[in-house]
Amino acid sequence: MSENFIKKISIIDYGVGNISNLLAAINYCGSEGRVVTNYKEIDSSDYIVLPGVGAFKYAMEQLKNKNMVESIKNHIIKEKPFLGICLGMQLMLNKSYEFGETDGLGIIDGEVISIKSQKPCNAIFKIPHIGWNKLIENKDSKSIYSNSLNDKYMYFVHSYYANCKDPSDIIASVDYNKIVMPAIIQQEYSYGCQFHPEKSGPEGLKIMKRFLDE
Amino acid sequence: MTSNIRLISRLDIKGSHLIKGIHLEGLKKVGNPNDFAKRYYKDGIDEILYMDIVASLYGRNNLQEIIKETVRDVYVPITVGGGIKSVDDAREILKCGAEKVAINTAATKNPDLIKQISKRFGSQSIVVSIEAKKISENKWEVYTENGREKTGLDVLEWAQKVDNLNAGEILITSIDQEGTLKGFDYNLIKTVSNNVSIPVIASGGMGNINHAINVIEDSNADAIAIANVLHYGKMSTSTIRHKLIEKNINVRKFY
Repeated sequence: MSENFIKKISIIDYGVGNISNLLAAINYCGSEGRVVTNYKEIDSSDYIVLPGVGAFKYAMEQLKNKNMVESIKNHIIKEKPFLGICLGMQLMLNKSYEFGETDGLGIIDGEVISIKSQKPCNAIFKIPHIGWNKLIENKDSKSIYSNSLNDKYMYFVHSYYANCKDPSDIIASVDYNKIVMPAIIQQEYSYGCQFHPEKSGPEGLKIMKRFLDE
Repeated sequence: MTSNIRLISRLDIKGSHLIKGIHLEGLKKVGNPNDFAKRYYKDGIDEILYMDIVASLYGRNNLQEIIKETVRDVYVPITVGGGIKSVDDAREILKCGAEKVAINTAATKNPDLIKQISKRFGSQSIVVSIEAKKISENKWEVYTENGREKTGLDVLEWAQKVDNLNAGEILITSIDQEGTLKGFDYNLIKTVSNNVSIPVIASGGMGNINHAINVIEDSNADAIAIANVLHYGKMSTSTIRHKLIEKNINVRKFY
């Protein structure tokens, strides 16, 4: 690979949330981002980013309506890199219980459940989990991130979380009122992060760059 | 740990200018909002809040160009409010790169809008902004249009209703304290925060570090909106952060 090689990153725009800040962050990291809106463009992508804010069910319906589900699965089968952010990470799991039961992409084993289901909220324990919280690295993970993630503050905003079946899929977690939830997950070349690296200041951009350099 | 307290810089915008007033009135131009947002970002602000304070008057939000420019340099969440009346309005703002929209007037007129935006973009994307004016010791009335219009709604009842309608957060601005630098309306913030299940952002009145400490420790604010003291350079974000850390208040560590 030449020094001048710029990796082309495709951000999937399926009508769920904000793309422009993500695009800005990807370009800031030195990669070249492009926004893709149909499944053919996914088929021709080397690296895809699945963003998303909002409801799981609606997002999954959008991906299906746009024939993107098969394209994403093929991309994964071909061992091409993938990054899911926030809702995009949750969509990587088998299913979610948000607004009824909905199947996900099934890239990582597990289910998306509500934080509330683990502990009722009150005056000091608010849902959504909104704000800056620090990462706790999973010592047993086989990731390349060893010891570089601990105590880094990232911006989280979510009411549901990815309850992974296999703990070794979890690279880092976050502790919100003693509920420990996956913050970064990985399976082969696919990564997911619950926080918004593109909204987590300089430290978030550093992590983002490492995902993109994968 | 519970959630870390968020430090939010609130930038009220009129046209293309950052402005500042007292009691949401008597507006003065302070400068270019983007320059201020960038400076606060570099100094470690946790979030940016843009309010188009004349949007409701003119029937639309004019912040799109400002947001698009800000997201090129500022990599923390941006909330945008003012004049958002529909799911489509919200979508346009989010598309520009904002993380959340704040609604006030339209929500009081059509509470179902909260539910609609929440269903479409998720509850985390919607902040309900409440302008509160004290009417007696433990009673506040909801106002709109920057404190110009009465609604007849009781603040606590309205806050609990928007919680039930799936709002993600409540921004509560005390009209009485806003711009005075005399401290938050602690009782107001406490009354709301202790009776809803979603995060509450305290706004209006921050003049020194003790105001921040009090509203966090005694009123259970989940976040504080800071305007005048930052805009006029009386305090910096990093000073505020480090003073809160000295008091063992949980905030994001930013070096």
